[in-house]
Formats: sequence, structure tokens, C-alpha cells
Amino acid sequence: MSALPTTPTIRKTALNAVHRQMGTKMVEFNGWDMPVEYPTSGGIIAEHMAVRTGVGIFDVSHMGDIRLSGPGALAAVQHISMNDAARLAVGQAQYSALLYPQGTFVDDVIVHRLADDEYLLVINAGTREKDFNWVRENTRNFDCRVENLSDDFTQIAIQGPRAVVVLQKLTDADLSSVKFYWVMRGTVCGLRNILIARTGYTGEDGFEIYIPADEATSARVWNEILKTGKDLGILPCGLGARNTLRLEAKLPLYEHEISDTINVWEAGLDRFCKMEKPEFIGRAALEKARTEGLNRVLTGIEMIDRGIARDGYKVQDETGREIGYVTSGSPAPFLKKNIALAYVPPAFSEIGRELKVDIRGQGVTARVVPTPFYKRQKKT
Amino acid sequence: MSYPPDFKYTKQHEWIKADGDSATVGITNYAQESLGDIVFVETPKVGAELTAGKAFGTVESVKAVSDLYAPASGTVTEVNGELATAPEKINKDAHSAWIMKIKLKNPGELNSLLSAADYEKFVAEEGGH
Repeated sequence: MSALPTTPTIRKTALNAVHRQMGTKMVEFNGWDMPVEYPTSGGIIAEHMAVRTGVGIFDVSHMGDIRLSGPGALAAVQHISMNDAARLAVGQAQYSALLYPQGTFVDDVIVHRLADDEYLLVINAGTREKDFNWVRENTRNFDCRVENLSDDFTQIAIQGPRAVVVLQKLTDADLSSVKFYWVMRGTVCGLRNILIARTGYTGEDGFEIYIPADEATSARVWNEILKTGKDLGILPCGLGARNTLRLEAKLPLYEHEISDTINVWEAGLDRFCKMEKPEFIGRAALEKARTEGLNRVLTGIEMIDRGIARDGYKVQDETGREIGYVTSGSPAPFLKKNIALAYVPPAFSEIGRELKVDIRGQGVTARVVPTPFYKRQKKT
Repeated sequence: MSYPPDFKYTKQHEWIKADGDSATVGITNYAQESLGDIVFVETPKVGAELTAGKAFGTVESVKAVSDLYAPASGTVTEVNGELATAPEKINKDAHSAWIMKIKLKNPGELNSLLSAADYEKFVAEEGGH
């Protein structure tokens, strides 16, 4: 007899069978069996371009959801997150982060205010259990209920400048009334009271909808969106395009740009960290770190010479001395450049400065550039 | 896509087509499908000495970097310069978008490589689970 397998089971979203039927290339991501690219779409570059110029849809059901509700919900959210949730109107959302006492990241989150005393935190797949336990532990003294709703939803992201056109055909909600980073409820594909958030992880306009996680409903909604968007050239998109899209827009990825050893100032997320709040976990350490100055900052670079910087590659000064490392690097399909984010000392981060990236033993020349690498044109 | 019967194949997914003691090398259709959009090919220099089974260059897709392994020992006589500006040619037709030509040290080495039929069987098993 062989021993029982000790490796944890790979988790699947409710759309797993749909993806596999389409001949999708799957990959393990943070314990999840997820689409990386759809050969039927033409691959990562085609998917990326669809989102920049038209519309694409993503299964992002691996993301987790934590609900805090009750009279003490706001105070609890204020205590555990760095942005100022008191500024949120009902129906509004904000980018934020959960921090350790040392000012480093438990995770980055989107906080949605769903009702007067109800907040929904959307969290990363790889940190689901850690986040939930951490939120529960740190909100014990507040009069609020904490629920893990991670398995309740199939989360579908519809992203791109034409996303609004496609989704509007499937809902009675007036999407023109929902601003970016706002949320509303409406009937979607005949399903009542569906949460519709104008959020995403691509640097484009778009929506994320939260539908019941049963397989039949999930498959029906996924297929209806694809069918409805067909004339607009909608493509199903995988984690490959999701990564290149978020990198062009400089949106952080946990364990890359942010982690439990990187603090808020280093990551350059100052504008989402409200030090005017009197108290939140991590605040004291950040106050101290701010007076001490930074040893490294997240910096955007683009390759000048031929070569692609990849995650983990070393960054060198012009003499070849190691000064930092790449957190995320890739060809940028829309910009048609090879770009990367890297941690380097502030003295090496000024725009235009030449650096080198160690690519298989060769110091390949790169240059510091402004970020985000890509910024969409906003209407008016 | 069918695998040309006059090519030999490696388990690392390179193909080689010999003509006397010279040969052309590329990567297989299975390789380009697995890699996805190819954006970069790093080739050796003309004159470089290759050893069978040893890495001689890299091919990069949007997502990943993969080493290329020499199907046979020999000396590089020509590299396909087109791939520097148009690496996607490998995605379009992997079996005609060659990477380099070599002068074989020992043409007999090719006997140990896979035939088209054996390679097809091999990738069917590799891709099947």
C-alpha cells in the first residue's frame, strides 16, 4: 500500500469544466487550477489587446471575500485597513491594504461599502485563509460579525473600454450611473440582486460581478456574456493576460510588489494609506519608517537593450554592482516594450537613470521610466 | 499538425533535419503550442561549438523562459536572423521557422533521436495528463 497523498487538493472554480471544454491552458496558481490562456482567443497577446481596445472576460472566482457587518463594522474596518473607510458612501469602494504591526502587507484588498453597517473585503486567492483568520483575530473587540463568503461567489471580471456595452445588454441596472470604484445591485442574466462593481485589475474600465457559485448558473452567465459580446470581439482571458495588463498599469501583486517584508512607503502606495487616521494596525511602524527614510523603492524600468527582465532577476548599477531585484518583469503587449518593476535604492530611481538587469549572466541595459507604464484615457 | 517524417526529434522538443553532415534545427509545433506567444529567441553565434544535450540558447514566450538543447554536437554555421525581429514566425510555422544550421560532428548521433511517429506518441502521453 502506498501512503495517502499529502499534497493538498487543487481547488477548482465553478467554471473549471467550462474552461477545460474550451481547450484552455490551465496552470496552478496559489493552489488553484486556473486558466492561463485560451488558445481559442489566440493567446496572451490577443487577450491583452482585446482588453485594451475592446472587451475581455476573466474567471476570477479564486479571489476571496470577507464580509464585516454590524454596528462596529466601520470601526473594525478602520482598525484593520490603511485607507479611510469612513470616507466611503454606501455603494462606494476603495483600494486598501491589511497591514502587520510592522507596516508590511498581510494583503491588499478592495473595501466595498454595501450598506450602512456592511463592508465587503475582496482579497487575494493565495491569502484567503490567512486573511480571514487575521481579520477575525483582529476584530474580536469590535461589535461586528465576520463571515468568509469566499466560496459563495463566482466572480467574473468584464474588462475593457467596451465592457460597459456588453454588460448593459445583460442587466437592468443603469451602468452609466455607476462610477469607477462604485458598486450597485441589479438583475444580471435574469439573476436578481447581483452585486456589480466597477472595478478591475487591468488598468481599464470594467466590471466585476458576483454571481452564485453553482456550476450551472456560473456556466450559463459566462456563456451568455461571451455570446452577447461576440459582435464586439469579446475574448475569454486567462491569468497570463491578467498579469501583463496589471503590470502595465503598475497594479501590485502579492508576493511580488508587496509582501510581509515590504512596507507601504517602499511599495509607493502612500496615497492609499491615510496617516491622518488616528489608529490602524501598522500605523506606528509606518510613522517611524517615514522619519527614518527608505532603503529601497518600487521603480519602473524599461529595457533598452535586447532582453526581457523577469521576476527575481538582479538589478545592477552601471558598474555591475547588485543594487536590487525585479519583482515583476514581462514583455508589455500593448506598449510593445519589455518592462519591469524593481526594488532599488532611492538614489537609483530617478527617471532616465540607466541601470542593468542581470539576464543569464549578462548585464543588459535598462532605463528608469515614469509609472504607471500605461494609463488609460479617461472620458472628460 | 503533422510532424515531418524526415526530421528527428528530442524529448526537449527540438527538431533536426540532416542533409549529409549539415543540419537545420528548430523547435517543434508542440513546443510552440505549449509556450504560447513567442517574443524572444536567443541564438548562439556562428562558430559556436555545441554538445548534444547541452543548452545552446533560449526561447521566451510572454510568460516564460525555456532553454534550447542541442539535438546533436557540431558547429553553428548560420543563425536565422529573421527571428530577432519576428520571433512569432515560430508560432506560425514551427517546422519551417528554423533557428540555426550546424555542421554535424557525428551524423550518427541522430540515430538515437526520436522518429516523427515516436515523437508524436511521446507528446500525446506528455500532453495527455
